Amino acid sequence: MKKREKLKNVQLLILSTLIALIICFPIFYILYISIEPPSKVFSYPPQFSLSELTFNNFVEVFNLTPFLRFIVNSLIVAIISCLLQVIFACTAAFAFTFYNYKVKDILFLIVLATIMIPAQTIFIGNYLIIRSLGFLNTYIALILPNAVSAFGIFFIRQYFKTIPVEFFEAAKIEGCSNINYLVKILIPLSKPAIGSFLIYSFINIWNQYMWPLLVTDKDEVRTVQLGISMLQAAEQQNFGLIAAGVIIVILPTFLIFLLGHNQLVKGLMAGALKG
Amino acid sequence: MEYVYEQKITTVKKRKKPPKEILEFIILVLPTFLLITLFTFFPFFKTLYTSFWATDFSGNPKRFVGITYYVELLNSQDFINSFIVTLKYVGFNTIFSIIGGLILALIVDNSKIFAKLFNVLYTFPISLSSASCAIVWGILLNPSVSIINYLIERMGLGKIEWLTDPKLALLSIVLINCWQNIPFNFIFLLAGLQNIPYELYEVSNIDGANFLYKVWKIILPLLTPTLFFVLVINIIDSFQQFTIVHILTSGGPVNSTKLLVYSIYQDAFFNFKFGRACAESIVLFVILFILTVFQFKVVEKKVFYQ
Repeated sequence: MKKREKLKNVQLLILSTLIALIICFPIFYILYISIEPPSKVFSYPPQFSLSELTFNNFVEVFNLTPFLRFIVNSLIVAIISCLLQVIFACTAAFAFTFYNYKVKDILFLIVLATIMIPAQTIFIGNYLIIRSLGFLNTYIALILPNAVSAFGIFFIRQYFKTIPVEFFEAAKIEGCSNINYLVKILIPLSKPAIGSFLIYSFINIWNQYMWPLLVTDKDEVRTVQLGISMLQAAEQQNFGLIAAGVIIVILPTFLIFLLGHNQLVKGLMAGALKG
Repeated sequence: MEYVYEQKITTVKKRKKPPKEILEFIILVLPTFLLITLFTFFPFFKTLYTSFWATDFSGNPKRFVGITYYVELLNSQDFINSFIVTLKYVGFNTIFSIIGGLILALIVDNSKIFAKLFNVLYTFPISLSSASCAIVWGILLNPSVSIINYLIERMGLGKIEWLTDPKLALLSIVLINCWQNIPFNFIFLLAGLQNIPYELYEVSNIDGANFLYKVWKIILPLLTPTLFFVLVINIIDSFQQFTIVHILTSGGPVNSTKLLVYSIYQDAFFNFKFGRACAESIVLFVILFILTVFQFKVVEKKVFYQ
């Protein structure tokens, strides 16, 4: 019986390793292409050797294209949008949890109703509005439509609800104002939830493709996702360069993935509830 | 009598709430409401409104046409094609990525060695954006350097035109998306599996049931709520695919990968038929709305309050 158990474990291990190799292969292959000397990219059948590796493609990406600009743009957009999402999620969730107005339930329902309207169904309306406000090709166009996340409000509210109301009452008796309570006590207590949400929302905004495509057509404001697709369109046969671009673009999200795997998974699972 | 009296007290108390607090409440929720009004509700009504108008090249409404565009869509070969392509995409994508996710989840759930490591390795593709995923696969499937084609040729099969054969292009898009979607489903299904009480596994082990029988008779029925939930979010998600098609095929060859969202994009920004594009958007909205309501009402209850 024990022998059979052991055999089963070894079989499973081999199977798991094979599948893991298949899943991870595309990325390792792209990484390899990005550091392979250009003369070898077109060799068919493909040759693999670890001598003569070069980082030239990474240098070239920055020299030939405004990639640095794209990265800076993406960072500006993602960081500001993320912070706004967290701030507004905390303030709205606080209002929906600790104030006793009947109207707050209706307001909360209105927020949740936005989940029923996916961005992919209103992008033309959104584009027309942004254009009529004169925001095309500005950071505003990239940030403001991302500044509120209904899921974020929902998620943070759920967490606030787990914190005993007695804390709030005690703080009030001590003369602590509501806003002070939110900033000094509630937010520090909610760090795990805010962390998960922050990671989730940063990755979402960093990875956005369609919206930046619609509202920008100048390199000064374009984001990295557009940057790599432009690179792919312009340098069709220069695979090393494209591969280097891809590696640069996935680096931040990959680091987050490695360092905050648990939180990312938590955020994803909660995020999927929004549909 | 007493009851009425008490009620009076509470209402008086409520009225006495300091105006400062009401102001505070308004300040706390105001930014959120301004932003969702301006960037969700207003665009929604703008889209709905524009769908009833013939517009000029830049999308300004010029002439009221009522439901003309909706009727036109029903008779448009192009739209019907997009709709069928989208349904195929949604179907294949959902089935493949759920089965794939389930297999991975079963493996990790049964693994005793390195389960944690595999858990991380299997979810690796979720750290990529759709755009980089599309480009990575664009290189992997590229006719001139494709390493995958090389391997397939070595196995004695012919060259496969992944993205340029009208019969294969949609399937290729499905496979590319599955690479990202399977890990996503894996996360949910593994969580679902780990919620199944251990005793049930034990019982079936004693009975000497084989693995597949166990999966079919015990695991799947217990996993149904999670599977159902994953099914609905996969369908909703698949209907919204745009990036991979935009980067790799632009809807071609011969419109075989022209998904709904891509068709909306093309009608608005290349054919300048904003009214028609808005009508298509509303059709997509209605489909997604029904699915989302379904998800909220039925699925969520089943999964979390069973």
